[in-house]
Amino acid sequence: MNLLLTFIQKAIGQGVAILFGATGEIVTEKSGNLNLGIPGIMYMGGIAGLMGAFFYENGTENPNGFVGFLIAIVCTLAASALGGLLYSFLTITLRANQNVVGLALTTFGVGFGNFFGGSISKLAGGVGQISVKTTAEAFRAQIPVLSEIPVVGDLLFSYGFLTYLSVVIALGMTYFLKRTRKGLNLRAIGEDPATADAAGINVSRYKYVATVTGAAIAGIGGLYFVMEYLGGTWSNNGFGDRGWLAIALVILALWNPANAIWGSFVFGGLYILYIYLPGLTRATQELCKMLPYVVTIVVLVITSKRNKQENQPPASLGEAYFREDR
Amino acid sequence: MEPVNAIELKGVTKRFGEVTANDNVNLTVRKGEILSILGENGSGKTTLMNMLSGIYFPDEGEIRVNGETVTIRSPKDSFALGIGMIHQHFKLIQILTAAENIILGLPGSGRLNMKQVEREIAELTARYGFDLNPAQKIYDMSVSQKQTVEIVKVLYRGADILILDEPTAVLTPQETEKLFAVLRNMREAGKSIIIITHKLNEVLELSDRVAVLRKGKYIDTVPTKEATVESLTEMMVGEKVTLDIHRTKPEGVKKRIEMRGITCRNKEGLKVLKEASFDAYSGEILGVAGISGSGQKELLESVAGLQPIESGEILYYPPEGATEKISGMKAEDIKKLGITLSFVPEDRLGMGLVGSMDLTDNMMIRSYKEGGKFFADRKKPKKLAEEIVSQLEVVTPGVDTPVSRLSGGNVQKILVGREIAGNPTVLMVAYPVRGLDINSSYTIYNLLNEQKKKGVAVICVGEDLDVLLALCDKILVLNSGRVAGIVDARSTTKEELGLMMTGDGEEKKADE
Repeated sequence: MNLLLTFIQKAIGQGVAILFGATGEIVTEKSGNLNLGIPGIMYMGGIAGLMGAFFYENGTENPNGFVGFLIAIVCTLAASALGGLLYSFLTITLRANQNVVGLALTTFGVGFGNFFGGSISKLAGGVGQISVKTTAEAFRAQIPVLSEIPVVGDLLFSYGFLTYLSVVIALGMTYFLKRTRKGLNLRAIGEDPATADAAGINVSRYKYVATVTGAAIAGIGGLYFVMEYLGGTWSNNGFGDRGWLAIALVILALWNPANAIWGSFVFGGLYILYIYLPGLTRATQELCKMLPYVVTIVVLVITSKRNKQENQPPASLGEAYFREDR
Repeated sequence: MEPVNAIELKGVTKRFGEVTANDNVNLTVRKGEILSILGENGSGKTTLMNMLSGIYFPDEGEIRVNGETVTIRSPKDSFALGIGMIHQHFKLIQILTAAENIILGLPGSGRLNMKQVEREIAELTARYGFDLNPAQKIYDMSVSQKQTVEIVKVLYRGADILILDEPTAVLTPQETEKLFAVLRNMREAGKSIIIITHKLNEVLELSDRVAVLRKGKYIDTVPTKEATVESLTEMMVGEKVTLDIHRTKPEGVKKRIEMRGITCRNKEGLKVLKEASFDAYSGEILGVAGISGSGQKELLESVAGLQPIESGEILYYPPEGATEKISGMKAEDIKKLGITLSFVPEDRLGMGLVGSMDLTDNMMIRSYKEGGKFFADRKKPKKLAEEIVSQLEVVTPGVDTPVSRLSGGNVQKILVGREIAGNPTVLMVAYPVRGLDINSSYTIYNLLNEQKKKGVAVICVGEDLDVLLALCDKILVLNSGRVAGIVDARSTTKEELGLMMTGDGEEKKADE
């Protein structure tokens, strides 16, 4: 029982970062932009938040957790939005190939994270010496009374603020896409920008806003990993391939952020399952780590068999839009 | 007092480079009337309407809407004046519902209340007698339902003047009737409707007045009551300089292709070819005439093995050897049997050539399988490309230039040149001179004539009847997917062809 509880907690803990990434990517893809730079942007968001908190804590006598919290979030949003803006400028304004720009951005973002991670490690006195304890504490703060209820408290209320934020953002984005006029316009752009353009929608503006917003949301996933999961430190390449998992989750969620919520927890669970399965060798462990991708492939097979049009990727995904193109 | 006209065009001229699409056109549309604009392909009907809908801007002339001179610079401007155009190609998003498509891009409260929107749309559709479920997804709809969505979209946005570009081209006769009923209701409600068409029977059935354009020039507007099919045909076709194409007498005529009772359906499940039969002979040019979308494409594609055939058969009589049944074979298999069909598709850069590749590479699309070596042979294709460039006087910086950078005429020369280089026994061309200037057109005609002299069976789909009459030996006329007849090009007249093309409904109604 206890083991199961721990497993679920850990699965959710793994899932939250992926959920932020997937929600961000869904919003981006709904505008027709396939941003493969999301894994890199998540690195950028994570390191920016950590640096903000690090310099704040090192520069103040008595650092306040809440201030550190705000500084970290602002730094993360700024850095990841900047990544999204760079991607937007290259793909929307200059109409560069989306895949190439995205992959380049990921390579860049991972390097960016590791470089500055290494730099502040040096400032802090060595590898693993970075500590932004006060800020991390703020990120890890649990809901006071509720989290003390046995079992239910552990299961539902034992997480930090960002965990709940990820669910709220995902639900909010689903509402936005399905129930608002702007959401409808955005979906139309992802399907057929020429038709949206003819209907008087400013295609470029929507694409920019959606891509930058999506990148900012994904960036918080990186911050979550650094602050709540690692407890306010940095390890090179520590975030691993979670960014790619987020992109796989977009497919699993059928481009619906609400689906991504449970999907992220399933992914999180599958990602750490190997720790909890007894008797695995190193080789079988690696096989076990494939599970999230296997599930994605199975879902892809099932949805393409069903061939329901709503479950397909946005029709213009990956294509640049140019009005005078015929 | 004279009533104010909904639209008045005065001396409107539009040129595209050297081509004058509209030459000093004067046109009035009264309030609450249905005006048909009639003309052959390329007579400038659509261009004229695109100036009203803000897609083109006139070079000269004046446009008045409701008595006031206006400047229409964009579709938005046009919309603000209450002009709504329904294009031939629908602009709808497949995965959204009808209602969502209708309100797309409109201002309003941020939160969407689809129930209320659907109610508003239901009210609108009930008023005019549309048959539309606002909650239905577009991908579940037939062509006619999609068209309804487009019309409702325009009405929902408050248009008073509707322009429909060949609305019946894709409809079944029953759907056409339904559409006409709705259009009459809209006329009763005081809307002005312009309908672009070249189906004479529809013009006579529906409209109050008919305006005729010919080769970009405005001919006249007549009340429909005073018009007949014959009088309109004459206005539409007019008198024209005959083309000077040197037509030789066919020699050594032998049957090459025999099509028997071919029926095909398009993606929507509509019959596009109905029991089509014809023979094509070597040393002859068989012209194919018909209103666009009457089954020309399918006729050629079924011979080339690109079109799934529902029933019927196609036989090929090679110069030597036994007769082959080529219907039901794939294009690849038809080629393997040594049957050479050269096909210049309608969509040149889509099916004929690859725009981003250079001339040599485009030659290789036909020949890359030859030789059987691991490495492709680039020398021969390059030589061929150079030959085509010099023989057909293609204007290009070199054979290494991507095809998409060349003008339409030059692209067509390369395509036809390549197809002819394969020494075909049957050469099929569709709209070979579309978009070409007069000199290039003649180059192409001469090429076709040379092929005919070499004993090739040439099948040529054309849109200019004068050219077909001057170029071809026989002309096959298609009317809504049916072969209306095959006539001798030397003895027939344009009027006769026109009548066969448009026909009246009798024959059609008989088999519904």
